[in-house]
Amino acid sequence: MERVSRAMLRARVLEDKLASLYRAGRIVGGVYLGKGQEGLSAAGGAALRKGDIFAPLIRDMAGRLAFGEPLVDAVRTYLGSRLGPMKGRDGNIHRGDLSRGILPMISHLGAMISATAGVLLAKRMKKEKGYVGLTSAGDGATSTGSFHEGLNMAAVERLPLVVVVADNGYAYSTPNERQFACADLLDRAKGYGVEGHGVDGTDAEACWEVVGRAVERARGGAGPQLVVGRLLRLCGHGEHDDALYIDDGIKSSDRGRDCMVVMREKMNSRGLGQDWDGWEKEAQSEVEKAVMQVAQEPVPDPFEEDWRATATLGAAEAVQKG
Amino acid sequence: MSVTYLEAIRAAQEKAMQDDPTVFIYGQDVGKFGGAFKATKNLAEKFPGRVIDSPISEDAMVGLAVGAAMEGMRPLVEMQFADFSTVGLNQMLNHAATTYWRTGKPCPMVLRLPSGGTPGSGPFHSQSMEAIYAHYPGLVVMTPATVEDAYSMLLEAIRMPDPVVFCEHKLLYYHLKAKELPVEALPAFKAHVARAGRDVTCVAYSAMLHEALAAAEELAGEGYETEVVDLRTVKPLDTDTILASVARTGRLLAVGESWPWGGTSAEVVARVASEGFELLDAPPRRLNAKDTPIPYHPNLWAAHRPTAVRIAEALREVLRY
Repeated sequence: MERVSRAMLRARVLEDKLASLYRAGRIVGGVYLGKGQEGLSAAGGAALRKGDIFAPLIRDMAGRLAFGEPLVDAVRTYLGSRLGPMKGRDGNIHRGDLSRGILPMISHLGAMISATAGVLLAKRMKKEKGYVGLTSAGDGATSTGSFHEGLNMAAVERLPLVVVVADNGYAYSTPNERQFACADLLDRAKGYGVEGHGVDGTDAEACWEVVGRAVERARGGAGPQLVVGRLLRLCGHGEHDDALYIDDGIKSSDRGRDCMVVMREKMNSRGLGQDWDGWEKEAQSEVEKAVMQVAQEPVPDPFEEDWRATATLGAAEAVQKG
Repeated sequence: MSVTYLEAIRAAQEKAMQDDPTVFIYGQDVGKFGGAFKATKNLAEKFPGRVIDSPISEDAMVGLAVGAAMEGMRPLVEMQFADFSTVGLNQMLNHAATTYWRTGKPCPMVLRLPSGGTPGSGPFHSQSMEAIYAHYPGLVVMTPATVEDAYSMLLEAIRMPDPVVFCEHKLLYYHLKAKELPVEALPAFKAHVARAGRDVTCVAYSAMLHEALAAAEELAGEGYETEVVDLRTVKPLDTDTILASVARTGRLLAVGESWPWGGTSAEVVARVASEGFELLDAPPRRLNAKDTPIPYHPNLWAAHRPTAVRIAEALREVLRY
């Protein structure tokens, strides 16, 4: 659980910093935060181990950090450092590192489910053992054909895949009632023939327990697992969005609780508040250091850029010539 | 002994699977059934666990291939018809095609598209998709016209580190035959002068090569020598071979079975017009299918697509200018 808490804190501190860098005009493009979703996300990343696959989505800073993505790589991708994993070719949340088992998401929702399934099928064909793939979705992503096709296919192949849906009430500005008509997204698990797990996404400890169980079920051969965490996005879709459309009633409900506050209170009640504060301080200095470091790093240079979209040398040369 | 275009495709898949244990086939009905066109016949028995039936989920099929390729496998995905690959376009264009650029890691996979019109196939089982795929950076797009190319280019495609769209023409599947499988391949990414001539260049690919060759034969009877260039691969496009031919003939007709708006024939004409303008003795022309969905009835279909007769007419116009 310490891994979860630390990742939550590092994510929140880093994202607050990214938001202020955005407001200061230091970040080109969008900034998309996972505020309120840190507990659920971190639980996913922390439940995985080396050799597993993580295909995060837009609000998974905490999960990435818990899984082992270097914090500095997040900063590099936002600030466009040439030393980052995407080298300035892609930005913000669209980052990954295949050598670490982190798939770089594409923006099209649901698309990472079948890709993660593909990695898992490849591992099965290579006779590897004991691996799990975990990918995230939002309530909006569950409406895509890609989500349906991917989860159905993974279920047919009985792959060790965990899909964690953060049902945060809104897909950009669209509320749940305009997104789906079933009572609970968890109801869909039965239709896909996969095991379903519901959890209060504002309670990081509950998330850790439930997501951890789902990961172990998948690892043990029980096939795909669908986890639905109910929570609220405590920010806009991106930092350009004031999110005035979010209903006040839902904000003040249990669903609108901030998982950071909930966790901090739990730590306090156990007399461990000082641990939490210490971790937060560590996170602050780590973030400050990373931002200072990346600010000094080289940015991409169009004249030195290798403008090739294919790895085949002959193809690339021929295309360039053409 | 003879081998058909379809048998060559099956044989290439078999050889690739023998040579490389990371190659596997994923597609609808490809397993025990052997595929809608029998392009994977008996492969499931020969390679247990490596010829896998998929659900009818084109998006997920391509997505799965992207993931498997990232993990070091070489997936070979069969679309039942090229037309249905529109459902998997997002995964191919936005995922497979961007992976190398975004990550520096290759994404070796092949998407086999049974393409092009056949009599009675109608709007949704007749399409030629090469232009859409070629428009996006990061993909190689092959359009073999001969049995030999069907075999050797598919082997090349499977060995390539990039996502390859392999457009195989259904009209050629059973009728086009060669004596045997080729031992040597033509050079990769190079167009091929399928018939030499000095009066006019006709650029074609896939099934249109055979219509162009028939048209060239007809014009030969009228005293005109047509040089027919088979593109073989439309992306990357071998502009050099096309320009060299136009330098010899001074005249160009580019033929494509796909629709006229944009596309491969438009790209050929644009490149010759901008890079070889001074070589031309007549305006470069294009001939494509009509700008409507592809008709069902054979009478309408025959009038919709370029045929040897229509190609010969267009060549005469280019020659008369």
